[in-house]
Order: sequence, then structure tokens, then C-alpha cells
Amino acid sequence: MNAPSEFLNYGPDAILMVGLNGRNWRLADYVARGGYGALKKIIAEKIPPEQVVAEVKKSALRGRGGAGFPTGLKWSFMPKNYVGDKYIICNSDEGEPGTFKDRDILRYNPHMLFEGMAIGAYAMGATRGYNYVHGEIWAEYLRCEEAIEEAYAAGFLGANILGSDFSFHLYNHHGFGAYICGEETALLESIEGKRGMPRFKPPFPASYGVYGKPTTINNTETFAAVPWIMRNGGEAFLELGKPNNGGTKLFSVSGDVERPGNYEVNLGTPFTTLLEMAGGMRGGRKLKACIPGGSSAPVLPGDLMMATDLDYDSIAKAGSMLGSGAVICMDETRCMVRSLRRLSYFYYEESCGQCTPCREGTGWMWRMVDRIERGQGRNEDLDTLTSVAGNIAGRTICALGDAAAFPVISFIRHFRDEFQYHIDHKRCLVPAYV
Amino acid sequence: MLSPEVQRRIDRELAKYPADQRRSAVMSALAFAQDEHGWLSTDIMDAVARYIGMPPVAVYEVATFYTMYNLRPQGRFKVTICTNLPCALSGATEAAEHLKARLGIGFNETTPDGRFTLKEGECMGACGDAPVLIVNDRRMCSWMKIEKLDALVDELSQAAARGEGRPGHGSGGPAK
Amino acid sequence: MSDARPTLNIEIDGKPIEVAPGSTVIEAAHALGIYVPHFCYHKKLSIAANCRMCLVQVEKAPKPLPACATPVTEGMKVWTASELAVTAQKGVMEFLLINHPLDCPICDQGGECQLQDLAVGYGASSSRYVEAKRVVFHKDLGPLISAEEMPRCIHCTRCIRVGQEIAGIMELGMIGRSEHSQIVSFVGRTVDSELSGNMIDVCPVGALTSKPFRYAARTWELARRKSVSPHDSLGSNLVVQVKGDRVLRVLPLDNEAVNECWISDKDRFSYEALNSGERLTAPMIKQGGEWKTVDWQAALEFVAQGLTDIVARHGPGAFGALVSAHATLEELALAGRLVRGVGSDNIDFRLRQADFRGNGHATGIPWLGLPIAQVGALDRALVVGSFLRKDHPLLAQRLRQAVKKGTQVSMLHSVDDDWLLAVAHKRIVAPSRMPAALAGIVVAALRATGKPVPEVLDGIDPDMTEKAIAESLASGRSKAVLLGNYAVQHPDAAQIHALAQMLAEATGATLGFLTEAANTVGAHLAGALPQSGGMNAQAMLDDPRRAYLLLHAEAEFDFARTLAARTALENADLVVVMSPFAHGMPYADVLLPVSPFTETAGAFVNCEGRLQDFRGVVAPLGETRPGWKVLRVLGTMLRLPGFDADTAAEVRATIAADTAAIAARLGNGTRVAVEAPTPAVAGVERVADVPIYFADPLVRRSAPLQLTADARPPVARMHRSLFDTLGLAKGGQVRVKQGRGEAVLSAVVDAAVPPGVVRIAAAHTSTCGLDGLSGAVELERA
Ligand SMILES: Cc1cc2nc3c(=O)[nH]c(=O)nc-3n(C[C@H](O)[C@H](O)[C@H](O)COP(=O)(O)O)c2cc1C
Ligand code: SF4
Ligand code: FES
Repeated sequence: MNAPSEFLNYGPDAILMVGLNGRNWRLADYVARGGYGALKKIIAEKIPPEQVVAEVKKSALRGRGGAGFPTGLKWSFMPKNYVGDKYIICNSDEGEPGTFKDRDILRYNPHMLFEGMAIGAYAMGATRGYNYVHGEIWAEYLRCEEAIEEAYAAGFLGANILGSDFSFHLYNHHGFGAYICGEETALLESIEGKRGMPRFKPPFPASYGVYGKPTTINNTETFAAVPWIMRNGGEAFLELGKPNNGGTKLFSVSGDVERPGNYEVNLGTPFTTLLEMAGGMRGGRKLKACIPGGSSAPVLPGDLMMATDLDYDSIAKAGSMLGSGAVICMDETRCMVRSLRRLSYFYYEESCGQCTPCREGTGWMWRMVDRIERGQGRNEDLDTLTSVAGNIAGRTICALGDAAAFPVISFIRHFRDEFQYHIDHKRCLVPAYV
Repeated sequence: MLSPEVQRRIDRELAKYPADQRRSAVMSALAFAQDEHGWLSTDIMDAVARYIGMPPVAVYEVATFYTMYNLRPQGRFKVTICTNLPCALSGATEAAEHLKARLGIGFNETTPDGRFTLKEGECMGACGDAPVLIVNDRRMCSWMKIEKLDALVDELSQAAARGEGRPGHGSGGPAK
Repeated sequence: MSDARPTLNIEIDGKPIEVAPGSTVIEAAHALGIYVPHFCYHKKLSIAANCRMCLVQVEKAPKPLPACATPVTEGMKVWTASELAVTAQKGVMEFLLINHPLDCPICDQGGECQLQDLAVGYGASSSRYVEAKRVVFHKDLGPLISAEEMPRCIHCTRCIRVGQEIAGIMELGMIGRSEHSQIVSFVGRTVDSELSGNMIDVCPVGALTSKPFRYAARTWELARRKSVSPHDSLGSNLVVQVKGDRVLRVLPLDNEAVNECWISDKDRFSYEALNSGERLTAPMIKQGGEWKTVDWQAALEFVAQGLTDIVARHGPGAFGALVSAHATLEELALAGRLVRGVGSDNIDFRLRQADFRGNGHATGIPWLGLPIAQVGALDRALVVGSFLRKDHPLLAQRLRQAVKKGTQVSMLHSVDDDWLLAVAHKRIVAPSRMPAALAGIVVAALRATGKPVPEVLDGIDPDMTEKAIAESLASGRSKAVLLGNYAVQHPDAAQIHALAQMLAEATGATLGFLTEAANTVGAHLAGALPQSGGMNAQAMLDDPRRAYLLLHAEAEFDFARTLAARTALENADLVVVMSPFAHGMPYADVLLPVSPFTETAGAFVNCEGRLQDFRGVVAPLGETRPGWKVLRVLGTMLRLPGFDADTAAEVRATIAADTAAIAARLGNGTRVAVEAPTPAVAGVERVADVPIYFADPLVRRSAPLQLTADARPPVARMHRSLFDTLGLAKGGQVRVKQGRGEAVLSAVVDAAVPPGVVRIAAAHTSTCGLDGLSGAVELERA
């Protein structure tokens, strides 16, 4: 049973997405929930920016966009005495298959994001910012436009915020259909009005970001967690999760579960708990495979997943990544070859095309998987696939190369029999794929 | 080429960026032009290039990089349905097949009456609502099971009959 | 590597090296002579790091890193050929080849293909790729670049970067994404940059090739011979590729001090003229109105006899020589010797010059004033009167790179041309106001530096821009005031020179001349201008002579006053044309086929005073003979002294031993006194550019160049206000009257042209009826 959007129960752990009913997204509602309190306090008490960064460090907040980089540490990379504009950018270009959590923040709680960004700007001395919204979610973009106007009108954004000498100009930027723009440097290029081609690093955005200015990029959920941290203290956030894995995290559960949706749970929560919140497997079937961190994360066999906790370190130990927190569940009726084929097609279509291995390799991999799926696989294909994936991984400008390679490597590693069956019998091992 | 309305909208976007970074508004400029014309002809890209002040080939680069820009005429309603794995696991494949059957066209095709163009989309960041589709880049429809798809097609057909939707250039030809 | 900066110590393949901070691993490797395979990397272009061919192993890095993009750090250890590195490189090579057509045997790039070369070392013998190869359609990029074979493209984006960064204009881009991405121009557009051919050179595979050269030969059949470009004053170094006696291709020869690794399209594609049907292949004489082919002996005897007769009857002053600065040093020297041998001093190469009042007041031979390489290192430059981008494409390129690093370039000109570089300050004035504007800058500069303003400039009140230019020049350490071709051809050239000199002195800038042609400096050296009271080019036309020698110059195109030139020549008793091309039939009496630069030994002296000699790369066509030899025989026949050199080098030695000897004679000073600027011309004035592909006899006959956008027939370009005043409508025609001549041209509104000015290009049949590159014109709707 799919819940309509009014069903806004993110679970008992929810702290960021609590008290939302889908209609109370406006500034007044947010303020009533205590919103902008952290920003007001910081400004009223003239809390030194370094202290804000220190608090975020203490919280062990890690980037929610996929890489899980410690946020406080990233913030500390911004040059302190830079003359000229510094930028902070929110990555709301959510397009990683399986991930749909940032959209809920944008539409149900946009001010939490803006407050987080304003605090970030304060902490890093940034004067300008952009919120880059995924092209396909126009309604959310419009809502952000409306909300941002409210924030300007109320003095939470713009020049001399709340009468202080802190100014921060924030704008929404709308994408138009390119997964790769979720990669931070591609996103910068896109804001500059170019093709979204990732940049080689170094230089890193902190020294050479948008328009060549020092820039910090964080995911929507990352920024959104900041007001809570500043209100309740980094320590409190950390305690919700585990050491090195602070706080709660939104998990987007999709696939063969009863109630696909977003659930906010403390990091370190057992996967089985999350699966229960999502109503368990659809029709009571068995979890055959699970991609725990968005389509770029290696797939894990169901039983391995069932024994794993949801935090960066545990999932890494199990051989995958927490990534963006997109949990794609597949039951025993699913064909792994066909599933991989769709994912491979995605990376093939979405590669920006600049690096040789990614441009050429993603097409090659997709064609091979496609051939196997169509019953035209050759015996050497599985080794070739693994080797081609290996020749892409780690040899490209951005991590899309890895993201394209990992599913291939992991699907073949964990479900080689199924692929071999396809090659040998020219059909699915799982005939009932729907 | 660019109507006063489109220019006004572009100007609003331009104000978001530093004065020497007009190019940043090119994505919105193209999107607004597309809202009005339905697709991006060479003349429109040229006009956008002039308006923003950037090389036409750089506009062309952008228009072909992002998948939501139409470089050919489309039907009045472009329906883009996500078929990626998470959506496929929740009925997107069947939904897509149903749309194809109902409209009598395949992906990247336009109905002979010029009303619909069907496209296969990539992840829209709404997998929890699968099946999801977008009408003319702006309107996202969630939980598109068969009955809802039929209702949508009916609704859009009637709108198209009233001349709504984007200016129709559809001739039934390929629309990629 | 400057001494002041600290260096980093790193080790590549076990070899230690000290490098400057900010260098990349590939630069360090190259400094050590270690080759790292690469495609997208190009020493002159920004880093793309997209081909991934240069992956190397770096200590502590878990993954291989691209050598082209990885900055060196202290203590770094790199292995370029370790197992990790080579495995990565081989992996990349495999990817590059899966979609690349294996058509080397028919590919134009075969034999000079980076991919082919590297595939031998890094490719596997058989392919694991069994899928269908991708299809990429060919593109039409215009008459110069062939993009017929785009499936060969490996997406390195060098061509795009050359356009954006070197040519300064983005005409190519990458559309689509993933494996569907393609290099294209904007829908249906051609690539029009004057530096476009460099895209072909940087393409590491055979995707972009030379359209004129396409399928002309396999590269290994070609002999490669060094030469020097005969066009603009840069003197680009060339590799001329020949098969048999035919020049089939021209490529740049690297010379960091001159052309770096670039050449302009003019340098590259003008060779097509060499094989054109317009070549003159045997001497010809006009007798009784009929042209007759004769042998050399007959032709030269005819000339010797004719000259002797005229000198005998009318005195030596009745003979004059009009010579081109595209001629070689040797030709010019012997032409001068011939003129003076018969007792005349009437010789000039300054055919497009209008103001000779500076004559005899110069302190030396006008030149760039600084080494070419220094242009890129200037902090400040004011360029006066130059169609910079088209007149000097590669000097413009040097300034373009400099501007990106912070150099301020200002401009004083009569049209607001786009030089494709960020100009700091622009003063655009009608031609007759140019001296006043320059005087404004001078006065501002004098005032700013607290120096006295000369009385004659009392009435000058600098405007904002003039002040800004003066301020810009006053700041900065290394700076120059550079006078372009247009400044030299200006009717007030002597005053412009004097004012520029005053400005340079006031601001501590170097004064320089961009100089017009490949051998403008050489022509001065060779004495191809009056030395003892002879007549200059203008005087020889105003007061027509009985006999003329025309060396590599064409009356219709190469003169300031083409109409006057035509008339003077038609009325002369004897006109001797020395040219590789059959032209001048209406006025000539003798046509002598002399070699173009590819068929003779010779030398040019470029704008920086660099003497560059070259040898013939092919045998002269038909009965063609090197010009210096023809003049030598003629001199001998006339029993004149100084015509006994056996080689071009011997001729050269009598003029200038080497570049060092030349340096002593260079100097940009003038003794002309600054005067109060004269009032502006009332009415409409003409500005004439000499378009890049009309500028000399070779380019005019290169078929591919004539198909380019830059070779479109001239139109009358004017400000909207003038257009409206004339009651013109879009697509309308205008009748232009200048002196005795007139022309009917299409009228075009052009915001770059100031009010009261009409821009009409010179050196074209449709405008050669106009009398003068500048001055007042009358316009009316036609
Ligand atoms: C191919 C690719 C796609 C990505 N997509 C997203 C995305 O949609 N949203 C996001 O926040 N981060 C995405 N990232 C990660 C970003 O590059 C970046 O690490 C992140 O925005 C940093 O924010 P965080 O530190 O708050 O996680 C993507 C990375 C790659 C390589
Ligand atoms: S890895 Fe792929 S997506 Fe990333 S920069 Fe390279 S080609 Fe583009
Ligand atoms: S040469 Fe380094 S990535 Fe291409």
C-alpha cells in the first residue's frame, strides 16, 4: 500500500523531519517549530564562526550526498582571509536511482535547509550561495523560490541578516536533466552555464570553486541537519548515532517493500528495523539482494544485508557503502541480470563522456550485459565484464566511473551463477521476473 | 525570437548571478524559450546566445547535454516516464508498456495527431512514488498505476484538443 | 624556472629532478626526457585530463594519477612505467580503440597519428570488443578543415581548446554526452577563425584533417622542408611538405621565439596558390597588342633594350621600381641595385603608404621595438591603428595570452574591431581625429607624470578614455606603444609616429611598429626605398614615369591609390612585371615568371629584425626563375656593377650579415616635430582594411582561402546613423565616390564603425576603383 504524500511519518527517530504534514512548510510554520532559532542565537550571541565549525565537527555529521565526508572538516578547508566572495552550494540535484529524500526536505521543510545554509555561510564567511535543484522536480523548485522569498522578507537571508553585518545571498538554480550534475564539480560547471563536466581535482572547490571562488558544497540533508546541531549541540547529535557516524539519516527505501518511502533513523540502526518500518518485503517475500546506498553502491546479498546495521562503517564492512542512503530492495523473483542491465544503461546514458574509460567502458559494459540478458552471452563475457569494470574504476576524473563499475563487479561477484545460467541457457534463472 | 515574457523571465534569472556571469542563466533561458516554443530551434539557440552574450556553439553544447531540452519538435505533451531500476521494481515497466500501447507509439516517438511524445526518463529523484512521469518537464505525476495513466491520457487529450500544451509541431515523426 | 622561487625535489622513475612549484608531473617527466603517453595534454593548452592515457603511479596514491594534471609535491615519487601505470595505460588504449575505425591504411593521418604510434606500444593485438562500433556522422566545417572522419575522434577536446584559448573564439564545441558526444560547430556554421588550421595540427588522430590536402598523398611520401612564411611580419617558421615538385601541405615548425607551435591559416593554406592555374610559366612580351611567349634571353634583351632606350631618351629618373615587401631580401637588394645602377633612385616598397612627410626623419629602420617573445610579457600595451587580429594573427594571439595573465591592452583605432581579447580601454575615432585622440593620450600622460605639455598641444583636452589609457600606460613596468599597419598607412602617419614617440617617452614605454609584411624590415635594409632624393611610391604615381619595374606587386591591389597606379602604369612606355603569376596584362609590356618563396633561396627579416633565410623547397615551375637570378642577369646585361653574386647567400652577405648586424640599424625614432592636430575632415571618411586573404598575391589566389568568410567581397559598413541618413534599407546598395573613382557596394549597418565613417575593404577588384585607402568619400543610395 502506497501512502499519499500526506502520510508524513518518518519514524520514531525523526528529528529533522518531525512534525511535518505536507502543508506546514512555510516560514511561519518553521519558526513555530523553533526554526531559525539557531541562526538567531548565533547572530545574537555573536558566536565566532570557528565555534560553529567546531560544533559541526563534534557532531560527527558526515556528508549525506554519498561520499560521507566529515562536514566540519570540509568546512574548515575554506580559506579564512580570502578577499572577495566565497560561495556555499547546496547539492539538491538528487538523481541517484533510489534516492528521493532531499525532495522531501525541499518541499516539506525548505527553511530548514536555508537556515542550515545561512549558518554554513556564517561559519565559512560565504557571502553568496546557490541551491541547485534537480531538473525533474519543478514543483519543489517553485516551492524553494517561494520559501526563499519569505526568508529574504523576514531578514533571514540577504544583506545584514537580522540587523547584523553578516550578509548572505542565496538563490535557487534549476537543473534540466543530467545525473552527473550531482557530482560536485560538474554542478559547479553547470551553475556557470556549461555542460556538467566534472573537473579534475586538485584544485578542490574550497580553493577554486564556482567562478573560481572558494566554494563549499554539501548535500541538502547535510545542511538541513545543521540547525538541529546548533540548537542542541554537536554532542547530542553524535549521541543519536555512533562514534564517527553522528545523528540520524534519511533512508529512501524503494523496490519490493510494502511501503516505499523515506524513513529517518539513527545511524547504527539495524537494517531489519528499517525494513520493518517500510512494511517488510512486499507479499512477505524474501530479500534476495539489496543495494544499500543508491545505485552506485555495490549490491549485497539479502542475508548479508539483513545482518547489517545502517551506518557508514558497518555497511562498508559488509562490502558496500551507505552512500546517499537509498535502499533498493529486490526480492527472490527478481532477475539480477536484468536489474544490472537497467543500471548499466543508466550509467552509459549519464556518463558525461569526457574520460575515455567511462565514455567507452560504460557503453561496452551495457552492451555486454544487454547481450547476456538477451541470451547472446558468451562464456568469456563475465571475465571481460569484470576486467572492463576494473579498467574503469579508479581511472576517471569523477566517481561516476566507479559508480558504473561497482554494480557490475558486485552483481557478478554475488550472483555469478545467475549470469552464467543466462549464458548457458539463454534465459532467466528467475522466470517470474516482473 | 524571445518574447518579452521570456526575456522578463530570463532577466529575473540573470539577477541571481554576478553581473559578469550572465552565462549562468543560459539553462533557464533555454528552458523558458522551450516552455514557449515547445522546442529549441537553431534560431532560438542563436537568440539565446545573443541575449546572454555567449558563443552559439556553447549554447548548443548546453542544449544537447541536458536531456530535458527538446532539439526537435515534440507533441503538445511530452510524457517522460522513469524506467530506472527502483521504479521498475514498482511497476514502471508495465506503466511504460501501457502508455506505449495506449498511445500507439514507442519511446522517442510522437503520436500522428501531434498530441503526445513519449520518452524514457532516468531517475527523477522520486522513486518512492513509482511509477513516476513528468508532463512537459514541469508536472510530475506520482503512483501512475494503469487507471491513473488512462485518466491522465484522457485529460491531456482533451487539453490538446483545446489547443493547450506546448505549440504542437508533431508530425508523427521521430522526436529524439 | 626562475631562481627566486623555491624548487621541489621529486623523483621520476628513479631519477631525481628539481622542479618549480605548480609544475605538473608530465612537465617534470618531459624535462627529464621521460615520455609519458598522452593525447589530451598539449603544452600550450589548458589541462583537460580527459583521455586518461597519461596515468602514472605515484607513491602513496592508491590509484594511478594523470601525469598531465597532477601537480608535483615535495618528495613525490613517480613511476611512469611500473606495472600499475602500464596496466592503466593499456586499459585506456583498449578503450580508445574499441570505437575507433581501424582504417589506418586509408587514413590521412596514417604515419603521423599519435593513436597509431601509441597503439603499437600499448594496444593489444586482438580486440575483446565484439559489439558494434559507434556511428558518427561527418561534419562540414568549411573550406579548410575536413571533419569527414569524425568516428576517428577520441574526444580529447584539443580542437575546442585551441579555438577557445589560442584563437580566442569558440567555434567548435562538444554536444551530447556519454559515448554519443561529438565535436561540432554550431548548427550549419563553418569555422572562420584565422587560426583554425591549428585545430588540425593538434588533433592527435585523423578526425580533423586539412581539406585541401585530403587524399593528396600519404604522409610518408612527402619530403619535409623548412621554410619561412612570406605573409605577415611575424615570419612564421614552416615545414613545407612536397611530393615531386608540388607543394602539398604546409605545417608549422616549432619556434618558441617566433610562432611557437602555431601558424595562421594564411601561412598554412596559401600554398594552394602555388599550384593554381594563374601561374606564369614562361616569359611573355606584348608586341603590337599581342602577348607572345618568348624565351628568357629574348625577354631580358627586350627589357634591357627598353630600359636603355628610355634612360637614354628621358634620363634615368624616368625609370622607377615599385616593389613588394613580400619579396625576398635578395630580390629587393638587386632591384635597388638595378635602379641605382641606371642612375635612378626611384624605388619604393611602401606601396600602401599615404604620408611620406616622415621620410628622411627616421632614426632607424622601423621595427617591433622588442623581441616577439617579449610581447607576451608586456604589462601594458597601447595598439594604435591596427586591424590586429587579421593583420597579425599570432601577435594578437600572444597578446591574448598575456591579457589572460593580467596585461592591459588598450586600443586606439577607427573601427571597434573585436580582437578576441579583453581590451582594457578603447578609443574609437574617425580617421582624421586619430592624431587628436593620440594627442589627448599624450597630454594626459604628460600631465600625469608632471611633465610639461608642449605648446602645440595646448588646446588638447583629454577625455576619460584617453586619460584611462594614459594611466594604464603610466602604470606597469614593461610596456609598449605599438603602431599597426593602419597607423602607418594613415594620411597623418608622420604625426601619429611623432605623437606615439612622445607618448612612449612620457610613459617609459617602448615604441614599436608591427610592420606590414614578411619582409618590411628587410626591404628597408635592402634599400628598397629612396636613399638620395629619389621618388617614393606616391610620387612615382602622382608624377608618372616612363618605365616601371613591378616586383611581386599588383597595381589593382597592393597600392594605396590603386586607381592612380593603374593609370600611371597604363600610360608608361615600358612596364616590366616580375611575378609568379600572370597578371597586369592591360598595362604590362613584359611578364617575367619569378619564383614564389617555395622555389627560390632567399631571406625575410621579420618585425623583430630576425633574419630568416630559406631555400627553395621545389624546383621552379616551368620556365620560372628565382627573382634574384633574373635581376642578376638583367644587371649583367646592362653591365651594371654589383651583380656577380653566385648564390642568394652571397647577395645577402652584401646587405646584412646576420641578425646581430641588423639590430644596429633598427630604430623607431622620428625627428618630425609634433604639430597641433589639424581639424577633422568634414563629411564621410573612408577606413580601409586590407583583408587577410586579399593582402598579397599568394593569398589572393589560394582557392580554399578564397572560400572562407574572411574572403567575402567587400561591403560598405557604416554606423546606423549614416545608413539612415542615406535613406538606405536593408540589403540596399550604395554608390561610393572617392577622388576620380567610384564603386557600388552593398551597404551594411555595423555598430563597430563610428558615425561619419564608412569601412570599405581594399585590395579587391570591387573596390580597386576607389582612389585611396583613406580620406573623404561621397556616398549616395544606388
Ligand atoms: C556521479 C555522482 C553523482 C552524485 N550525485 C549527488 C547528488 O545527487 N546529490 C548529492 O548531494 N551528492 C551527489 N554526489 C556527491 C557529490 O559529489 C558531493 O560529494 C556531495 O554533494 C558533497 O556533499 P556532502 O559532503 O554533504 O555529502 C554525486 C557524486 C557523483 C560522483
Ligand atoms: S568519470 Fe565519467 S562522468 Fe565522471 S568525468 Fe569522467 S566521463 Fe564524466
Ligand atoms: S594527457 Fe593526461 S589525461 Fe590526457
